[in-house]
Amino acid sequence: MSEITINHYLALSSFMFVIGAVGVITRRNAIVVFMCIELMLNAANLALVAFSSFLGDVQGQVFVFFVMTVAAAEAAVGLAIIIAIFRNKQSLNIDELNLFKW
Amino acid sequence: MNDYLFLAIWLPLLGFVFNGIFGSKIKTEKIIGVIASGAVFISFAMFVYAFFQLIEKPVEERSFVVTFFEWIKVGSFRVSFSYLFDQLSLTMALIVTGVGFLIHVYSIGYMHGDKSFWRFFAYLNLFIFMMLNLVMADNFVLMFLGWEGVGLCSYLLIGFWYDRKFEKSTTADAAKKAFIVNRIGDFGFLVGMFLLYYYFGSLNFKDIFGAIGSVEISKDIYTFIGLALFLGAAGKSAQIPLYVWLPDAMAGPTPVSALIHAATMVTAGVYMCARAATIFVLSPIAMTVIAVIGITTAMFAASIGLVQTDIKKVLAYSTISQLGYMFLAIGVGAFASAIFHVMTHAFFKALLFLGAGSVIHAMHEEQNILKYGGLKKYMPTTSKVFLIGSLAIAGFPGFSGFFSKDEILWHSYANGGIIFWVIGVITAALTALYTFRLFTLTFLDKPRFDVSKIHPHESPKVMTMPLIILAFLSIVGGFIGVPEFIFGEGSNKFALWLDPVFEKAKILSFHGHHIEHSHITELILMSIAIIISLSFMYFAYKMYTDKKELAQKIANRYKITYAVLQNKYFVDEMYEAIIVNPIVILSEKFLWKINDVKIIDGFINYLADLVEKISSSVKRMQFGYAQIYAFVILFAVSLSLLFLIINS
Repeated sequence: MSEITINHYLALSSFMFVIGAVGVITRRNAIVVFMCIELMLNAANLALVAFSSFLGDVQGQVFVFFVMTVAAAEAAVGLAIIIAIFRNKQSLNIDELNLFKW
Repeated sequence: MNDYLFLAIWLPLLGFVFNGIFGSKIKTEKIIGVIASGAVFISFAMFVYAFFQLIEKPVEERSFVVTFFEWIKVGSFRVSFSYLFDQLSLTMALIVTGVGFLIHVYSIGYMHGDKSFWRFFAYLNLFIFMMLNLVMADNFVLMFLGWEGVGLCSYLLIGFWYDRKFEKSTTADAAKKAFIVNRIGDFGFLVGMFLLYYYFGSLNFKDIFGAIGSVEISKDIYTFIGLALFLGAAGKSAQIPLYVWLPDAMAGPTPVSALIHAATMVTAGVYMCARAATIFVLSPIAMTVIAVIGITTAMFAASIGLVQTDIKKVLAYSTISQLGYMFLAIGVGAFASAIFHVMTHAFFKALLFLGAGSVIHAMHEEQNILKYGGLKKYMPTTSKVFLIGSLAIAGFPGFSGFFSKDEILWHSYANGGIIFWVIGVITAALTALYTFRLFTLTFLDKPRFDVSKIHPHESPKVMTMPLIILAFLSIVGGFIGVPEFIFGEGSNKFALWLDPVFEKAKILSFHGHHIEHSHITELILMSIAIIISLSFMYFAYKMYTDKKELAQKIANRYKITYAVLQNKYFVDEMYEAIIVNPIVILSEKFLWKINDVKIIDGFINYLADLVEKISSSVKRMQFGYAQIYAFVILFAVSLSLLFLIINS
């Protein structure tokens, strides 16, 4: 059984990121899109931690804490927005939220 | 030790600020009037004090500078609020504050009951402040500040009764006319200042006049500077071709006409020419132009004054005519005589205007002298002082106007030539004629108004007292300048007092060769002038009392001349046709409809339209679906990354 190298971590990270990105672009449910964004963030976190561990530099891990903080704050605000939208439109279909245009 | 003397100039400003801010809250007219007059009186007292200080010193030390603070400091260019106390400026300051104080007091009575009583006195105080800056300044820039300041006050006060009609339009139009015509003159003044700065590197009187003579500058430059400065003077002092604003300025309250448009502001041009005498004497052309314009204006205005029927208009043209005399004196190099006439004119013209105000007051704002008559019975004091003023202006021997006018005529003969003297004497005759026409029509003969309806009454003491003081000055004011051949050497104290100021000008003067005229010539010329003036006074008196049909006959005989005079030579109409209308048409048809609407607005609107057109096609890219935006971002980032990877 071979060793787990940094490439494994990075592969997993980019796999997660792509899943997240595709989800953001293709899914229509706002909550799912929101979760996909979290997925992308965590993919980035994973890459940071992996590099941090392999390079023996603690900075990467510190950075992750910040990202997690931001993600938590974003989750609070984002969910609040989603609830507000739902109250207004009785729907979470993103295609119906198209006021932001000319 | 004299540093506090700047207060003499700044006190009226305090009066202006006080009355301007609190005036509307103060309900008692007396308080406002006393504060305003008091400020001017204190400043007058300080100038008297300075005068006595100066007179004690030896002649060479009779000038000092009081600096208040530095105003402009750019590179080597320095301008300060500093005031030059010398014989000339002090004489002017004494006239301004002295006559100004009397007119302030008179105004308390005249403006009684006016709804903007406080505003009037605030403006008057501001005017005194500006006028003092003008005459006391020790540099051209500060002088120009005062110059513009008095112009502003003149504008504000002509349009003081902005809701009243005046002739065919409103007083506001008259005010605008005065302001705009003065702009033309100010343009000349500015050009003169620029040239002076360019050639002398300073605008300080001492620097400029000190450098003249030692700096090599061609005569043509002096001519340019002189003519430019004279254009400014002609605007402010109502000379041809810029005199048209002064008759219209009569739309203001009568004390304003007396103070600004007779006694002080309009003489600012004369003062400026006298102050810059050292420059003018270097240019024979400029001097000749001044003399010719002066004498022409004098005669021209006097002839119009002959047929005017509005009491204030007669006096306005008379003022223009007298200012013409002063410029004649400047033009022939008799600067001291010009200032002497400024002083006596301030006395008797202020007196005449205030007397006219008293009459207008009594006649319930009626200004047509054809509707007066016989007022002597109703207004004994006013009629007496008016007679004194008339005698002074007409040159009755012994009165102030006689001495000053005679001095000017004598110098115009001695330095200018016989032609100036002849026209000067003809003008003096016209002066006697219109003055006594005015006096006779107003005070003598029988009333031509409805006696049962209008009951003229003498004005209150607060108005008659200044009149009496001015009348006194009009009688004795001339005795400080008695010609030498009467009382011998040194009797012309006024000239002796002022001469040191013009010493340099005298030395540089192109008249270099001084022709010695005998006193006999002087006496003969004087006698001729006296006889002519007296006979015209008598002629006017007869013509408008006993021989009324004569005036009518003359008018019928010279119908065309009469019509031309009555319409003031159609100068206003000519300006209207040649200058005003073309400008209005050009402004409307080209500047507004083409330049402004089509070119300026058109360009801006075209730009805006262009931006809108471009953006209307580009804005389609904004779909409104957040996911497409996200996709675009992702796509772009991936492409960039790809590009970076390939490149590395």
